Amino acid sequence: MMTSRPRWLPHPGWLLLIPAVALLGGILGVPLWQSFWRSIGSGDWTLEHYSALFTDGVTLKVLARTGQAAAVVTIVTLLLGYPYAYLMTRVGPLWRSVLVVMVLMPFWTSALARNFGWLILLYDNGLVQRFIALFGFDDVVLYGTAQGVTLAMSQVLLPFMVLPLFSALGGIDRRLLLAARSLGSPPLVAFWKVYFPLSRGGVVAGCILTFTLACGFYVTPALIGSPRESLIAQLLGQRTTQLLDFAGAGALGTLVLVVTLVLVWWANRMGGSMATIGAVAGQTGTRR
Amino acid sequence: MTIGISRSSSTGPAGEPTGKGAQIRLESITKDFGLAHPAVDNVTLTIEPGEFMTFLGPSGSGKTTTLNLIAGFESLTSGTIRLDSQDVSTLPAHKRNLGMVFQNYALFPHMTVAGNIAYPLRERRVPKPEIERRVAEVLELVQLQGRDKHYPSQLSGGQQQRVALARAIVFNPRALLLDEPLGALDRNLRAALQLEIRRIHREVGTTLVFVTHDQEEAMNLSDRIALFHDGRIEQVGSPENLYAEPETLFTARFLGDSTVFALGDQPVTGPVTWEDERWAVDSGTVAQRARSGGPTALVVRPESVGIVRDRAQVPSGANSVRARVRDIEYMGAYRTLLLAVGQEGITGRARIPAADKNYALGDEVVAWWHPDAQRIVAA
Ligand SMILES: Nc1ncnc2c1ncn2[C@@H]1O[C@H](COP(=O)(O)OP(=O)(O)O)[C@@H](O)[C@H]1O
Ligand SMILES: [Mg+2]
Repeated sequence: MMTSRPRWLPHPGWLLLIPAVALLGGILGVPLWQSFWRSIGSGDWTLEHYSALFTDGVTLKVLARTGQAAAVVTIVTLLLGYPYAYLMTRVGPLWRSVLVVMVLMPFWTSALARNFGWLILLYDNGLVQRFIALFGFDDVVLYGTAQGVTLAMSQVLLPFMVLPLFSALGGIDRRLLLAARSLGSPPLVAFWKVYFPLSRGGVVAGCILTFTLACGFYVTPALIGSPRESLIAQLLGQRTTQLLDFAGAGALGTLVLVVTLVLVWWANRMGGSMATIGAVAGQTGTRR
Repeated sequence: MTIGISRSSSTGPAGEPTGKGAQIRLESITKDFGLAHPAVDNVTLTIEPGEFMTFLGPSGSGKTTTLNLIAGFESLTSGTIRLDSQDVSTLPAHKRNLGMVFQNYALFPHMTVAGNIAYPLRERRVPKPEIERRVAEVLELVQLQGRDKHYPSQLSGGQQQRVALARAIVFNPRALLLDEPLGALDRNLRAALQLEIRRIHREVGTTLVFVTHDQEEAMNLSDRIALFHDGRIEQVGSPENLYAEPETLFTARFLGDSTVFALGDQPVTGPVTWEDERWAVDSGTVAQRARSGGPTALVVRPESVGIVRDRAQVPSGANSVRARVRDIEYMGAYRTLLLAVGQEGITGRARIPAADKNYALGDEVVAWWHPDAQRIVAA
């Protein structure tokens, strides 16, 4: 039996959303609004803080550097993550669990411990440098450089690439590869023409996640990178905690948010699936 | 237009002589996955050019593995596979030039119908105008004109399977391999597509290997059936041959219904006994494999069994046995009596006219048949 309810009353199921909406509004919406409010002069309706971003000679440079670092991290994790995720679809349940645990390991270590761990590994004459030197690359400096930061960030962000990829690759019917081979494609061609296009949703989702998260990295570049090569999050930190320039920081934060949202929107149109991202964010949490 | 399709084969980019399709020879092929026994166990079979050959057998009997070995998706443990006497045992799948159709269609979801069908032609670097012409021809052959711009997900199961069929024949393969292509379709659609596949086979004239576990489908379609059992071929022959002259109990049971009387190890050259009955044997009905000793069984098809009320009515020279009516199945065109036969009460079947309503459950009857309608097989 259906119980009737006045048309203007929403379905009672919506009531369940109230706690979540209240929490999000309280801890995300309000502060976001506050910093935006400050960035436009707290009611003075000025755009000076925004124009300053484009004229101070620092912000744009740091923004570009951040974008570049995030892009490199995205490419590195894609190149590492694709074969990894592929392997995950090919092994049995036991080995799959092992691979998942391995890739999620960074999440279960504290951010500080992990970064100091990298610090020790990356120091001049540290383990990594000496290992690379075995192959003749004895002039690679990792501590205090963009390369070192890329390496450490890639490790943390790998799961955000691997998990959406795994979910996309796992859904591809392997018989399509057999079909392609029977139709005349050598294995690599079959992969490129059939398998890879079908994995595009996962690739785009993984790239959006990794790129946007990489744009916001703070601890890793601060500890491992050089102060002369700071990224956007450090700039934000500096403005809020040292310069106490909340209006400027608000403007910068808003700019970064808008740029990120535009990127996400664009990439989503390119074939990424927000559902995949949601599922993965749910699986991993978003601690950094 | 179908002529156009077979004619363009002479200009086929692989340069193979196509014509009627290739002969496929399996010479003692074995595939061992390291399980209890090989998935395909020393199978030898020659499939003639243009033949419609069906691999029939229960699930797990090695049909798919055999087909995958022919296609080149699996490597042989031992043995040789020849296409028109060319040894292709180690030739990779993409160089074998064989059209494959899968049960789940395996259409490329990111390509249109036309894109799917053009795929093998593009892989063979066929010029664009010719691709367009051949795609149009083959779409007509499978009666899907006007669907070329649809994506597979926009088509019904039957239409998708037609596209898969079109994609597999458009490049004039040396043979067509179909692995339970109708398994996912409902009954009516299956019947329609069976006719379709027969028509296409007639028009294209290629060698065709068709895998199914459905004996009715195998009987309807095939020139010959290879019946698989535990990785081996139990018997090869025309549908009539397998139905009327089974060599083994497995074959007799797999194709059609029958009443089975286990005869044990008694000699079958003369009259045989079963419980307290004594039956005449027509030596022409003793299977080759039942002559060499070992346990045998006597089988009778339901349509060969007559039912009477008592022994006096049994025609002279016929074999007969006491039975009790256990159930009656109305099949529309006829009725099937399910019988409890003999003292032991083994299950027997007899076919009676649909209009015959003289029998009721529990009736004591006598079942009879002529000795030339029975068959003695290896058990
Ligand atoms: N890739 C494989 N690895 C291990 N065992 C397999 C593989 N493919 C098939 N088998 C086994 O081989 C036997 C035959 O399988 P299959 O050829 O698929 O039978 P059918 O097609 O007649 O149902 C089965 O026992 C199956 O479990
Ligand atoms: Mg099978």
